[in-house]
Amino acid sequence: MDEQRVLIAGAAGEGIQTIGDVVARSFLSHGYAVFSTQDYESRIRGGHSSVSLRVREEPLNAPCGSATILLALSSAARKHYQERCCEDGLVLSPDVGDLPVANHGVAIPFVDLAEQHAGSRLYANSVAAGALCGAVGLPFPLLRSVLAETFSRRGIDVVEANVRAAQAGFDTVRGALGAQLPDELPAHPNRYAFAVAHETMPIAAAAAGCRFVSAYPMSPSTGIMTALARDPKLGVFVEQAEDEIAAINMALGASAAGARAMTATSGGGFALMIESISLAEMTETPLVVVLAQRPGPATGLPTRTAQEDLLYAIHAGHGEAPRAVLAPSDPQDAIDKTVRAFDLADRFQIPVVVLTDQFLADSSFSMGALSLPSEIPAPCFADPEAVEGTYQRYALTENGVSPRLVFGQSRHLVCLDSDEHDEAGHITEDLAAMRPAMVEKHLEKGRRLREEMAAPSQNRTEDADLVLIGWGSTKGAIDEAVDRARAAGHKLGALHFTEVWPLPELTFPEGTRYWTVEGNATGQLARLLRAEYGLDVEERIGRYDGLPLDADTIGKELPWS
Amino acid sequence: MVVADAARSPAENQWCPGCPNFGILAAVKKSLAELHLAPQQVCLVSGIGQAAKLPHYLPVNVYNGLHGRAIPAAIGIHVANPELAILVTSGDGDLYGEGGNHLLHAFRRNPDITVLVHDNRTYALTKGQASPTTPRGERTRLQFEGVEIDPAQMLATAIVNQCTFVARGFAGDIDGLTRILVRAVRHRGLALIDVIQPCITWGRHPVDWYRERVVPLPADYDPTDRDRAVAAALDVADSFPVGVLYEAAPRLTFAESYRARVGNEPLMRLPRIERTEIEARLAAFLVNPD
Repeated sequence: MDEQRVLIAGAAGEGIQTIGDVVARSFLSHGYAVFSTQDYESRIRGGHSSVSLRVREEPLNAPCGSATILLALSSAARKHYQERCCEDGLVLSPDVGDLPVANHGVAIPFVDLAEQHAGSRLYANSVAAGALCGAVGLPFPLLRSVLAETFSRRGIDVVEANVRAAQAGFDTVRGALGAQLPDELPAHPNRYAFAVAHETMPIAAAAAGCRFVSAYPMSPSTGIMTALARDPKLGVFVEQAEDEIAAINMALGASAAGARAMTATSGGGFALMIESISLAEMTETPLVVVLAQRPGPATGLPTRTAQEDLLYAIHAGHGEAPRAVLAPSDPQDAIDKTVRAFDLADRFQIPVVVLTDQFLADSSFSMGALSLPSEIPAPCFADPEAVEGTYQRYALTENGVSPRLVFGQSRHLVCLDSDEHDEAGHITEDLAAMRPAMVEKHLEKGRRLREEMAAPSQNRTEDADLVLIGWGSTKGAIDEAVDRARAAGHKLGALHFTEVWPLPELTFPEGTRYWTVEGNATGQLARLLRAEYGLDVEERIGRYDGLPLDADTIGKELPWS
Repeated sequence: MVVADAARSPAENQWCPGCPNFGILAAVKKSLAELHLAPQQVCLVSGIGQAAKLPHYLPVNVYNGLHGRAIPAAIGIHVANPELAILVTSGDGDLYGEGGNHLLHAFRRNPDITVLVHDNRTYALTKGQASPTTPRGERTRLQFEGVEIDPAQMLATAIVNQCTFVARGFAGDIDGLTRILVRAVRHRGLALIDVIQPCITWGRHPVDWYRERVVPLPADYDPTDRDRAVAAALDVADSFPVGVLYEAAPRLTFAESYRARVGNEPLMRLPRIERTEIEARLAAFLVNPD
């Protein structure tokens, strides 16, 4: 099969996500890899939203350009998304009256067919799912079993009505396509995990021993606390705070009393948390903060994607103290980075920010089996028996890290203070000795943290003339751009950072051209590379319209295009 | 006294000599002794301001965090370790002003902690601006023509919002305040105590002015009578009724239902979730495994 790119379009509340999920699972059950992304407006009903499925025989988890099939639930949706359909693409819609000549249209009265075959317009989505499966050549029994699995909890009558509706859509398309009917797709033996990073991260957090999550709902971060609240057996206490300030301070309190704790938010909420990030640094309290990016400034585009918060995540906070910032690239990497975030937070007694974005939060990747890191480090506390004399929470040590005891853990008392403090944790104004010693303590932790940060991954850099440098969720798109360029004979390579602060020691061989690729307008990574490595990148490719970077967008900017 | 036996290096006191905060400190110390709480069982949580330095002056566990944020931190500590007796000790600017929203929502959550507000009706550490409880018309070092907005009525607000223990104390009456504190800590659920703490540096009235106007609640006062409690909370024009204004029957406390599931151990002592449990969840992402 050539690649199929299916765009399912409708209004918010019409159920396009269900259609997308049913069709994706039908493909996956048949052994095909699916990558799915969502595009929606900040509203509950109406407007324009879409789900796109990229279907291939081998996984390619990156956003795709124009669709080979557009399924539009309404005439309005078709007109809105028409231009996203490629030349000679197929359009399935209730009305195909004024299509461009290059498109082939099949009119499918989704609602009428639903009423006729299943007795209610509520089944129009299953008519649509059936039509899509028919148009791509998926055998109907596959769809029937996916529908049965999806709707089994609502009883046999509901399952049967959905199957009848789907069959009607399936038959209508196949009748209308006639000679253009595709052959039935052959089955493949491959099986994939179909996963979203914001669903794998909460599970990884629980695996890492996280017991406390407090957060305030904000797109696109809300799924993280929802996943933990929905699964009480994971044993994580979940609280919806009154605001982001309360959220992070509850988490810091829990951490100060020995619980591994996390909060999650987006740019605006992170702004409210910043003073408390600084508090975590000063009191040396471990904390994991997920910052799910969306375009700003201010409220910006609440349901779209961006990588505009890199420098913000690194620098937000008054004073000078170390923190780590990680930026996972896919749902498996999100598992690894979540576990790592808790470990770094604990060992260095610092806040760790995990940067995701709406694209990563809402996109389903086809991956091999998901796995946990083989070793999940246990939280590190000092041995109370080994503490001689009076315990000092901020004892000055060679590596800057003080042995950590928490409230109520032992006979020792613990004093945490947001003021500059002495080793015991009491307020100090000793400017001659204690203040410089405490600043040095933070710096020493930062130096040692830097030694542990991972180098960027390398993709075909050995012989590359031009190397694209990216970070976080854009890895799939950049790797696809590299593959396309290589196929056309261009020596393109890529460096990709998923640990973005502090940046590890790294050298950039001379004689190679370096460009950055980021989901922002000002080239934040480029600025960071210049500040940290003295590297002057030649060009910066940026996307800042609220949509994810894809290989088409990157390819158009490359020197040979 | 049990508290005095604990090992923790002392901190130098930074309060003005003669400050009624010393009375509050004495009452906290006495009440902890009366409650037979070992220092290790106690965690004092504060924000920023002169009042917020109190935890440093007692040998107990201390969380001295950000301005206005003591309550959410205390709630997090309480959820992580319900074995600790937790007292928030901060000023009126900290708890009613900067952190007012957290207090409102603490009434709803009903965590089993005690909140003691050092109410001196001024921002003392920043040198004499109005606080949320400064009376209208009072001149300050910022409101030169007098405060033009009305003071917050947080005790009445607490009662109306189902806080189950609401009291007013006086820093000049250590024994009376100790009695209130002992009841507050024993109370299951959130206890709010507003303590009249005259500021001897910036305050309009000397300590004795308050002492003359502090009146104990009458002998027949019934703290379960909500309407009367609201009236007593609001009755601060010429006198200040002190004592436990309101005490309702305990209701569900914060995180109690979670604790019913996982037990009462500090979270750090709970076993980590089994690896197989996690792997099963990751395996569930596989579509149609053979």
